[in-house]
Amino acid sequence: MSTAPLLIFAWGNPSRGDDALGPLLIERLQAMNLSGVDCLTDFQLQVEHALDLKGRRRVLFVDASLNAAAPFEFAPIQSARDASFTTHAMTPAAILQVYRDVEDSEPPASWLLGIRGERWALGDPPSEAALANLEQALRWTLQWIRD
Amino acid sequence: MSFELETADINPENLRRVAIDPVSRVEGHGKVTLLLDENNQVHQVRLHIVEFRGFERFIQGRPYWEVPVMVQRLCGICPVSHHLAASKAMDIVVGAAQLTPTAEKMRRLMHYGQILQSHALHFFHLSSPDLLFGFDSDVAKRNIVGIAAQYPEIAKKGILLRKFGQEVIRITAGKRVHGTGSIPGGVNKSLSKDERTELLKDAYTMVAWSREAVNIIKQLHQQNPALYDTFGAFRSSFMSLVAADGSLDLYHGALRARDADGKILFDQMDYQNYDQVITEEVKPWSYMKFPFFTALGPEAGWYKVGPLARVQNCDNIPTPLAEYERREFVAYAGGKPSHATLGYHWARMIEMLFAAETIKDLLHDDDLEGTDLVLSGERQKEGVGVIEAPRGTLFHHYRVGDNDLVTMANLIVSTTNNNQAMNTAVREVAKKYLNGREITEGLLNHIEVAIRAFDPCLSCATHALGQMPLEVSLIDAEGGVISRVSKDSDGLRRLT
Repeated sequence: MSTAPLLIFAWGNPSRGDDALGPLLIERLQAMNLSGVDCLTDFQLQVEHALDLKGRRRVLFVDASLNAAAPFEFAPIQSARDASFTTHAMTPAAILQVYRDVEDSEPPASWLLGIRGERWALGDPPSEAALANLEQALRWTLQWIRD
Repeated sequence: MSFELETADINPENLRRVAIDPVSRVEGHGKVTLLLDENNQVHQVRLHIVEFRGFERFIQGRPYWEVPVMVQRLCGICPVSHHLAASKAMDIVVGAAQLTPTAEKMRRLMHYGQILQSHALHFFHLSSPDLLFGFDSDVAKRNIVGIAAQYPEIAKKGILLRKFGQEVIRITAGKRVHGTGSIPGGVNKSLSKDERTELLKDAYTMVAWSREAVNIIKQLHQQNPALYDTFGAFRSSFMSLVAADGSLDLYHGALRARDADGKILFDQMDYQNYDQVITEEVKPWSYMKFPFFTALGPEAGWYKVGPLARVQNCDNIPTPLAEYERREFVAYAGGKPSHATLGYHWARMIEMLFAAETIKDLLHDDDLEGTDLVLSGERQKEGVGVIEAPRGTLFHHYRVGDNDLVTMANLIVSTTNNNQAMNTAVREVAKKYLNGREITEGLLNHIEVAIRAFDPCLSCATHALGQMPLEVSLIDAEGGVISRVSKDSDGLRRLT
């Protein structure tokens, strides 16, 4: 199985309200069966995800965010040796740093897309506002894929 | 009954309390409390489990067929073990003690995938920082990211070994976490040719890397026997499943126990009758139960489980490379049981090699593509399922009513089986390394190193309804608090 040049990696817990935004975006993209794009999702970012970046030209990390302005924010990210490895969930910047350490090369160009969410309670469905943000984020992502 | 250093021999109010809270690089939440006098002499050491979850109660009233999926929520690290142990218990309930070849081999593949990923996670992500950098090395470096920076090849292989195990789980169980592949009486899917081919591509590499991992820990052990042979060492009985021929089998078998000298205590014991040989004790300061061999009583009957127990309890390992390593391990220990707590790491890597070899062999078996997946027979009211989970022997015991709802559930998880053993290990370390010394982070990490060697899964182990920490308030007629007394794990204390 060949490695697609683009990777979209979203994380979040589908059972926790708007935390499902990342996995929902992946669901929508997978349904489109886009060529040249791999879509991966997990509950949290962990050290092993650094190896999913290998062979990629560009990577988009996607997460729900309480801090992002609606409907979403995006920014390029650089590798950084932060302290997130001490928690259950690493940051994308720390993942890029692990890539540099184990591959001894620069990680692929990467962006972080934060989709604005409102509520994170266990068992809650995604909020209407968050789902509206998701639609706009999806359109932006399709543009990012085409660029 | 109380063990040495379990309860302070003088008034705890006169002692200084040091807490390691939370214990890090283990699954779940636990803490260690130490009570020290003014000369830093240790008077009490306890490993506490600080969360209460009560799965055994809320399984009651659920339909039996839901249980193999439900119990995976016990844990994010070893859900496959609970999935399979519950399935095995429910096999008995649906009258299908013997599965079809396809179902049994699919489950075995899933289980050995779980062993591989869990052992790789533990060794490379959680323990190798202590072992490669030193117990009191720079805390900022003592983690998997530090390993990736200094030993990138080791880190990469560790990450990929775990990833392969997760891939085996995903393909056999449907998902990497909380799959649904195993059901009462069998499985709900087999492998496709493409899936077998995909996994086989990497299977031989995983065997080679697992051998390298055994060599890493073996060399560490042999280079520093003064540390590795004695750190946290204690004598105890040990127990595991073994196959009918006495060989190592992590999916199925009968119970065998040996005393500290290796003498058989019981053998080929049908685990449906586990409650005839094991009793569970509850202590007021922990949510985790303390099991012991009934015939020996709580003082002498506690035991250890897991890799160190299994590799020494079996007569042989049925794959050639792991068997070669087992013999070397036994020879190193001089033919007698090793009770070195750090020996858990060496034994764990031998098991990882066994898992990798077993996965490779299973993937060559055409039964994995079979279509005969489920059996049923005469419905039973009760079933026990036991499996050797990554951390040790795991018991699931259920009773099911005529209306198909569970009426009783009892779980003895691997970490619970090791409860007294872990407490003993940390007390041994406290006595040797902490007594009379100024406490530093590095010294406290010695305690955590001893706990980590057992790879405890504290989330899984918190099901005993012990005595809660208690607080009593005396309130006057106006609602003012006159007096508050707390009875917690350290003894009785007046708060106001």
